[in-house]
Amino acid sequence: MTTLPAGAGAAEFAAEVTATAASLRTFLHGLPGVDKVGADQRAATLATRSIKTTAKQWALDLAIRMVDLTTLEGADTPGKVRALCAKAMRPDPADRGCPPAAAVCVYPALVPTAVETVRGSSVRVASVATAFPSGQVPLSVKLDDVAAAVAAGADEVDMVIDRGAFLSGRYDEVFRQIVAVKEACGAAHLKVILETGELGTYDNVRRASWLAMLAGGDFIKTSTGKVSPAATLPVTLIMLEAVRDFRELTGRQIGVKPAGGIRSAKDAIRYLVLVNETAGDDWLDPAWFRFGASSLLNDLLMQRSKLATGRYAGPDYFTLD
Amino acid sequence: MPTEQKAAPARLAVRKTYKLFVGGKFPRSESGRSYPVQGADGEFVANAALASRKDVRDAVVAARKAFGGWSGATAYNRGQILYRIAEMLEGRRDQFADEVRTARGGTRSAARADVDAAIDRWVWYAGWADKIAQVRGNANPVAGPYFNLSAPEPTGVVGVVAPTEPLLGLVSVLAPVIVTGNTVVLLASETQPLPAITLAEVLATSDLPGGVVNLLTGRVAETAPWLAGHADVNALDLTGVDDADLAVELERTAADTLKRVLRPPLTGADWKAEPDTDRLTTFLETKTVWHPKGA
Repeated sequence: MTTLPAGAGAAEFAAEVTATAASLRTFLHGLPGVDKVGADQRAATLATRSIKTTAKQWALDLAIRMVDLTTLEGADTPGKVRALCAKAMRPDPADRGCPPAAAVCVYPALVPTAVETVRGSSVRVASVATAFPSGQVPLSVKLDDVAAAVAAGADEVDMVIDRGAFLSGRYDEVFRQIVAVKEACGAAHLKVILETGELGTYDNVRRASWLAMLAGGDFIKTSTGKVSPAATLPVTLIMLEAVRDFRELTGRQIGVKPAGGIRSAKDAIRYLVLVNETAGDDWLDPAWFRFGASSLLNDLLMQRSKLATGRYAGPDYFTLD
Repeated sequence: MPTEQKAAPARLAVRKTYKLFVGGKFPRSESGRSYPVQGADGEFVANAALASRKDVRDAVVAARKAFGGWSGATAYNRGQILYRIAEMLEGRRDQFADEVRTARGGTRSAARADVDAAIDRWVWYAGWADKIAQVRGNANPVAGPYFNLSAPEPTGVVGVVAPTEPLLGLVSVLAPVIVTGNTVVLLASETQPLPAITLAEVLATSDLPGGVVNLLTGRVAETAPWLAGHADVNALDLTGVDDADLAVELERTAADTLKRVLRPPLTGADWKAEPDTDRLTTFLETKTVWHPKGA
């Protein structure tokens, strides 16, 4: 699939395959096809793993630390974002042992509010940008969007790829846009949203994953959460395989973030099993795997409280967000 | 020509394995367990599902999910749905009479009378759906130019331990809870659960939304503590708890999450007696609103 020897380094490898639009196209189309039935079956089998007692406790705490607590509504207000930040920093006010969430994810206009609220804590601020969720604006507008978010203090930027360009085969254009956005990010981490629900096939998910990684994304993210289907286990499986293979080939580790539709602790634990069995336990860390979610956190807290008290918890005892 | 009468071959009975009733469906116990149910004569009647704590959990989730729709339905609509269930019970009188007789023994006419009383009780409670607000609500006189109105609202998800009185007792604890808009997780009698599941079959084909009534069979001592401790259950009816120590323990557990608790009757309940509104009002909250009167 490549002419380079393994371990040639990310930069050299990327330079080689992305030298021209044709070479990029050849590389992406040369990726092995995804066995759809096999991927679905593998994901379904792994979803039946039973995680109990101490392992469950560990998994729940890890999942809480991996949550990017998200609010991406037209109706978002500074007050709501402050409440969300407070929840991210101290998810369960009744339990000091409960770890904080990884980050809060908001629209660029609300980044200053979020940055101010989480200052001094370990919670990072992620901002969606590049005309989220459609990404259908000129590149210059996308770059301004990113620059504004970074200038406002965002630690992480979640960009959307131009699905229109990707689906019509203009891979080079998508590639150059991601490279430009990465440059505009500066020190901020770049998460590349593939919007797998709009890509149509698993083959496209694999291609888009490689494209985003080659272009310098630090994370690949499944979905905006605005399109159904959002994150699914098989799609995440394919993306995890991609980051595993990419590291093997180039030595560079990329993170994965499923987002949208993950609502229960049970689902979250299924994703963690998938991570462990596909990419390996190097990825079982908030630096390399995140959940984009909002209602998931409450369910994780309820399960956590169930393990601690031995009684089923109810939503009345946790804040709404 | 003389015809020879041939004896028909003995028909094999279809043995029924009863299941749970959760969220409008009939699942097996999550644990896969079941237990044999005996009739009054000690003979095996059928197997019933032996519910586990996870079935309790699933039932509470289903009840919570159904609460918004059921409590939000108009009182008139709830009443109509309950009347319709009474009509359907009427159509199954014979089946219920047989099951009650198998479970409890006694004469056929006694069982029939019991079923009739149960249906009448159901109708009696159904009638309260659009009347309880007039009786329990009030326009309160206050020292100011305000309307001050109190109205009863359902408590939420109610856990019910049903008494061992096959149909009449069951109906007498179930109907008053749901008619006002609560949803229910009901633990059927451990020894005589079959009429309860047959009632569930009636409910499943009625207009009652799935999840309003969730019915579990099994050991009360095993499942009731999970119901009492569950933070998403708002009230507990312990009528069917025969073990006084267990009842105290359950009430204590329920207190941790501030549940309303209806204690078991001190002297055995007389289900044949004329009912009153106590069972209705126990699972109601009063909401009071102030509104300016204007000029």
